Amino acid sequence: MSEEEARIWNELGKITDPEIPALTLTEMKVIRSVRVNGKVTVVFSPTYVGCPATAQIMQEIRTCVAALGYREIAIETSFTPPWSTDMLDEDAREKLRMFGIAPPPDDASDIASALELAVHCPSCKSDQTTLESSFGSALCRQIFYCRSCRQSFERIKPI
Amino acid sequence: MKPNTPLQTLLLSLADDELILGHRDSEWTGHAPILEEDIAFSNIAQDEMGHALVWYSLVETDTGRTPDQEAFEREWDSFTCCRFVSYPKGDFAYTIMRQFLFDQAETVRLESFLESSHPGLKEAAGKIIREETYHLMHSQGLVHRLGDATPESRKRMQQATHMAFPQSLGIFEPLEGEAELVSGGVFAGNRSLQAEWLRRIIPVLHSVGLSVPADPGGVRDSCIPDYGGRIRDHNEHLKELVDNLQSVYRSVPGGTW
Repeated sequence: MSEEEARIWNELGKITDPEIPALTLTEMKVIRSVRVNGKVTVVFSPTYVGCPATAQIMQEIRTCVAALGYREIAIETSFTPPWSTDMLDEDAREKLRMFGIAPPPDDASDIASALELAVHCPSCKSDQTTLESSFGSALCRQIFYCRSCRQSFERIKPI
Repeated sequence: MKPNTPLQTLLLSLADDELILGHRDSEWTGHAPILEEDIAFSNIAQDEMGHALVWYSLVETDTGRTPDQEAFEREWDSFTCCRFVSYPKGDFAYTIMRQFLFDQAETVRLESFLESSHPGLKEAAGKIIREETYHLMHSQGLVHRLGDATPESRKRMQQATHMAFPQSLGIFEPLEGEAELVSGGVFAGNRSLQAEWLRRIIPVLHSVGLSVPADPGGVRDSCIPDYGGRIRDHNEHLKELVDNLQSVYRSVPGGTW
């Protein structure tokens, strides 16, 4: 990454995810690369293809790069490799916990077995939790119930 | 408007299936029997429309026609979805059965695309198949629960199976120019996908005692597949749906938020 590209990358890293404001776009790993070659190309990888925040994120990327003085900006979408919760690093997982959302399991390569693992309540840390629904308030979340502190909470869905 | 190439025909049929079923799924928002299902169907609707967007975007790279133009500017009798996805949502048993039969078909279809000679199709399938895992877990789980719960739920699920099964065979209605796609390694072809799909759905249905109007591996003469959708021969259900789907877009052509 050139110095110029690194500068753009750092600026993009200040934009927070519209649905999970605890994390930035780079922490969410939805920005794959930045290339400057006459024009600026940002490669973007959506969490879920139907995510309604996608249009807003793309607009924010464009505004951010334009504010750095660039005129020609292309945003490319890539599914190679597909976005996966495995990409989130430990720092991002801790920020999710602090925000009240349980992080995904470390390995989601096999979704069915990832769903078998114990899930800890982000508030009381208990593992006495049950999956209420694999669908939640956003495409990337599922609903759990903590039997220990008797609270519902959400978790980032392993994918 | 007719698609120009067999690849466009395939992509539009995929996209239209997802868009129309997604719209039907969205009709449960605010109306599902329990809150969790309300949320589930709202999520699934959003996912399916996202998948439609991916397939329409692949068409766009060929034709320059945008996803919005495909979804909102075409007449209802230009859509090439199977008829199956256009029928009214019915009761919750029918909704679950339709979703299960479709999710299994979509999974089989996507697995075939993972081997495709077409890079765009292959890349998109790799993304979408992960999301579909959750759809299939959900619908298959409910087939198990409702198919084997109370006398009323068994009765409803059996009725739904008899109604949905012949319709669902329409997913695999042959496409114009399909032979060319099969020989070019784009996908395995509908005949082979249907055979694989039957191998997967029949044991699930039998395991909860639901009878299917077909023999595993082959369809009985008495079970007439509901074809027509792929050649744009639809019925009033699709017309009504598309009128509704396009009403806002058409009321302010070119409008933006």
